[in-house]
Parts: sequence; structure tokens; C-alpha cells
Amino acid sequence: MTEDNVLLRVEHLSKSFGSNLVLDDISEQIRTGEKVCIIGPSGSGKSTFLRCMNLLERPTKGDVFFDGQKITDLSVDVNKVREQMGMVFQHFNLFPNKTVRQNITLAPVRTGHMTQQEADAEADKLLARVNLSEKAEDYPSSLSGGQKQRIAIVRAMAMHPKMMLFDEPTSALDPEMVGEVLNVMKELASEGMTMAVVTHEMGFAREVADRVLFVDEGKIMEQGTPDELFGHPKNRRLQDFLSKVL
Amino acid sequence: MSFVVNDRWKLYLKGLGKSLLLTVGALALGIVIGVVISIVRTAHDQKRSGEDKISAGLSVGNAICQLYTTIIRGTPMMVQLMIMGFVVFASSRNMQGVAILALGINSGAYVSEIIRSGIMSIDPGQMEAGRSLGMGYGTVMKEVILPQAIKNILPALGNELITLFKDTSLVSVIGMTELTKVARDIQARTYLPMMPYLGIALMYLVVVIIMTWLLGKLERRMRRSDRR
Ligand SMILES: Nc1ncnc2c1ncn2[C@@H]1O[C@H](COP(=O)(O)OP(=O)(O)OP(=O)(O)O)[C@@H](O)[C@H]1O
Ligand SMILES: [Mg+2]
Repeated sequence: MTEDNVLLRVEHLSKSFGSNLVLDDISEQIRTGEKVCIIGPSGSGKSTFLRCMNLLERPTKGDVFFDGQKITDLSVDVNKVREQMGMVFQHFNLFPNKTVRQNITLAPVRTGHMTQQEADAEADKLLARVNLSEKAEDYPSSLSGGQKQRIAIVRAMAMHPKMMLFDEPTSALDPEMVGEVLNVMKELASEGMTMAVVTHEMGFAREVADRVLFVDEGKIMEQGTPDELFGHPKNRRLQDFLSKVL
Repeated sequence: MSFVVNDRWKLYLKGLGKSLLLTVGALALGIVIGVVISIVRTAHDQKRSGEDKISAGLSVGNAICQLYTTIIRGTPMMVQLMIMGFVVFASSRNMQGVAILALGINSGAYVSEIIRSGIMSIDPGQMEAGRSLGMGYGTVMKEVILPQAIKNILPALGNELITLFKDTSLVSVIGMTELTKVARDIQARTYLPMMPYLGIALMYLVVVIIMTWLLGKLERRMRRSDRR
């Protein structure tokens, strides 16, 4: 675990909303290729933690480093950073005014990474990967939740990010659609993508995660490999939490 | 009868034409003002602390815009017209210009709120998704937010058009000749109030009905093209 392996690092990260301290002095790092799952009770600050990583939320205190760059510096172009950090949301957030293909090609084209032609070819490739080629010209409203989320993942991948952030990607899905989304994520993981995943899917965390972080009250209360964390939880609150979700 | 004598119908028609001209001019001005104000105000509301470097200027702009909408929406149109016509532009002879300006400035305050609430009605997740992909605020606004917001904005703008058309009757107080002034002038000459006033009421009504019908058509067409 050498220093230059680290892709993302947060140092003394705190975030408050008004007087509500949501993240309390978190320091943590994620290595290139590592898959980190973040678990914890509702309202503990998991989403906020994830959203601080790509600066959708500005930390109140502390710094975030990505790929060697201190991205919390005000002189840093956040857009350039975000191009390299895909994000997948609980509620998909596909653009309903665009077709599936346009959803995928919009960002690569508008940020100048690809011509429309290149982006279209890329979209075809990605859609084929998630078995949704025939949906390319459809609008998101005609898709099922599982299909929407697979498109959302693919939309983020089209930017060729160095890392992907997932915020409860399966929580809004009907149970029978969870599997198809997790499968896409597993495939992504096996290809070596660096991933930070907030999830309630303990099975997924066990299978895919290199490391699991248990967040509670704005702190990382415990962390370790899935075996350590699920097998031998030390923290009382983690034990409570696990007894409720497992 | 009373509409045919001395070709009075021509006067009415000319008055109606002026009313429509005022409406279109004022709405155009109102939209320009409204767009600018809503851009400043939503950019201010949606900015993330520290992210943009022009935030001080934005705060000042936002305060000015807020002051403007508060004043305009908090005072009667009639009073605004009289201030513009008799105080600010007392010496101007271009009453038509003054009327369009006064109506447009008034309308701008309402249009800005229409656009703003149209934008605010879009799920914040849309902006976040766009930004998370590395696109700038303006790009996401233009490509994602506005095309969705326009579906809420256009119908409300249609209502604003109708309100504005009816409000043009007020500009007769500053001496501009539009439909209401024509009726008043004729009534002053003939001492017969009934036909002129009932007549213009009917004319306003017919125009409003036509506008409503056209807007309804537009809305239906928009909904049909909206394949989501
Ligand atoms: N934009 C915001 N403004 C104010 N408070 C917020 C904001 N976002 C989050 N919070 C608060 O921060 C706390 C942590 O929220 P967060 O969404 O990070 O929790 P979470 O662990 O993701 O919960 P869940 O499992 O329910 O998604 C909550 O108390 C929430 O009310
Ligand atoms: Mg959350």
C-alpha cells in the first residue's frame, strides 16, 4: 500500500449543515482499483460523505485529494475533476428530455471529450454491454427502474472516469430488479474500477468489497475487510446495526 | 348602430390594434427583464458556498432583483403607470413608449417569478447528475433544466399575456389612445356610455377567448411532442 497508489484521500473532513454536524473529522483514503462499501444507519452521513468526494457538497473543514490534486482548493476546476469521478444516484436522475443515447452522449460531447460520432459509437458499445441496445432511441420514462439504473451507470462510464461513486444504487428498485444492477456493478468491479459504494446490500458488500466502512454519527466507527467487519464486529453500534440488517 | 356612425368602428379597431401592440411590446420587454432576473436569482439560490468566485456580485444582484420584484408586485399597476407617465417621463411625448416601458417593467417582475418557479420545480437531482458528469452550470441549465422547465413556464406565460392584455386598458390614464381610451372619448362626445363600454368589453372578451384557445392548442401540441 504505497502512497502513490492512493486515488482519493480525505483529510480531517467535516461537514455541517447549519448547526447540524453531519461529518465529523473523517480521514480516509481509497487506493486505485479498490472497492470500498460504506454502510451505516439512515441519516448517519453516508451520502454526504460520498457527495463530498466529488464536491457536490463542499466540506466545511478539511481537504479532499484526488489523483494527487487537492481538489478542495478554490482554484481547481471542479468540472474537470468530476469528469473523472462518475456518480450513480439512488433515483437514477436520467434526463427525461433526452433519449437513452442522448443521456449517454451529452456529457462526453459537451465537455469536449468526444465528437458526437465517437460518443454515439461509445454509447452503442456500452448499451450492448448492459443488454439495452434496443432502448437507445427510447426516452427514460419508458424504462423499468432496473433499466434506468443500468443506463445511469453506463452514462457515468461514458466519461471513462477513474473512479465511480454509487449512492444506494439499488434502494429505489423493486426487489426483482436489484440483481441486474448489482451484476453490472460486479462486472465493473471485476474490470478493476475504483469504486465507493453506499449500500444496504450486505451480500454485495461481502462479495465485492475490499474494505467496508461503517459510518455512524458522522464518523467511521469501524472498518475492515468484509470478513472482519461482518464476521467479528467489535463496535457495539455496528453489532446492533448488523443484527437489524442481516 | 352606434359603431357605424362616422366610421367609429375604425377607431375601435385602431384602438384594439394599439392595445395588442402594447401587449406584445410589454410582454417582450417583460420576458427580457424576467429572464435576466430569474437567471440572477436562481444562480444565487443554487450556488454552492465557495464554488463560484463571483458570489459577492451575485449577492448584490440578487438583492437588487428582490427589491425590484417586491416593489413592483407590492404596488398597483395603475399607480406605477401614473408615476412613469407623470413623474419619471412627465415631459415625454412618446406615451406609447412610456406605456410599453411601464407595462413591461411590471410584467418583468411576474415573468421572473414564473421562470424561477418553473426552474425550481425541476428535481435538483437533474442539476446534480449533470454537474457530476463534469458539465458546467450553464450547460446543464440549457440542455437539461430549461427544456423541462419550459413546459411549466409556457402555460403560465400565456396567462401573463392575457393579464397584460387586460391591463393595457389602464394606460388610458396617461393619455395614450388604445381601446379603452377610444370608448371613453366617444362616450365623452356622445354622452352615451352603454354601447361604447359594453362594446369594448365584448372586444376584450373575444380577444381573450381567442388567446386562450390558441394557448390551449399550443399546450396540447407541446404535450404531444413530449414523449417522456
Ligand atoms: N442539503 C442538506 N441540507 C441540510 N441538511 C442535510 C442536507 N443533506 C443532508 N442533510 C442532513 O445530514 C444528515 C446526514 O444525511 P445523509 O443523507 O448524508 O445521510 P445518509 O447516511 O445518506 O442517510 P440515508 O441512509 O437515509 O440515505 C441528515 O441529518 C440530513 O438531514
Ligand atoms: Mg443517503
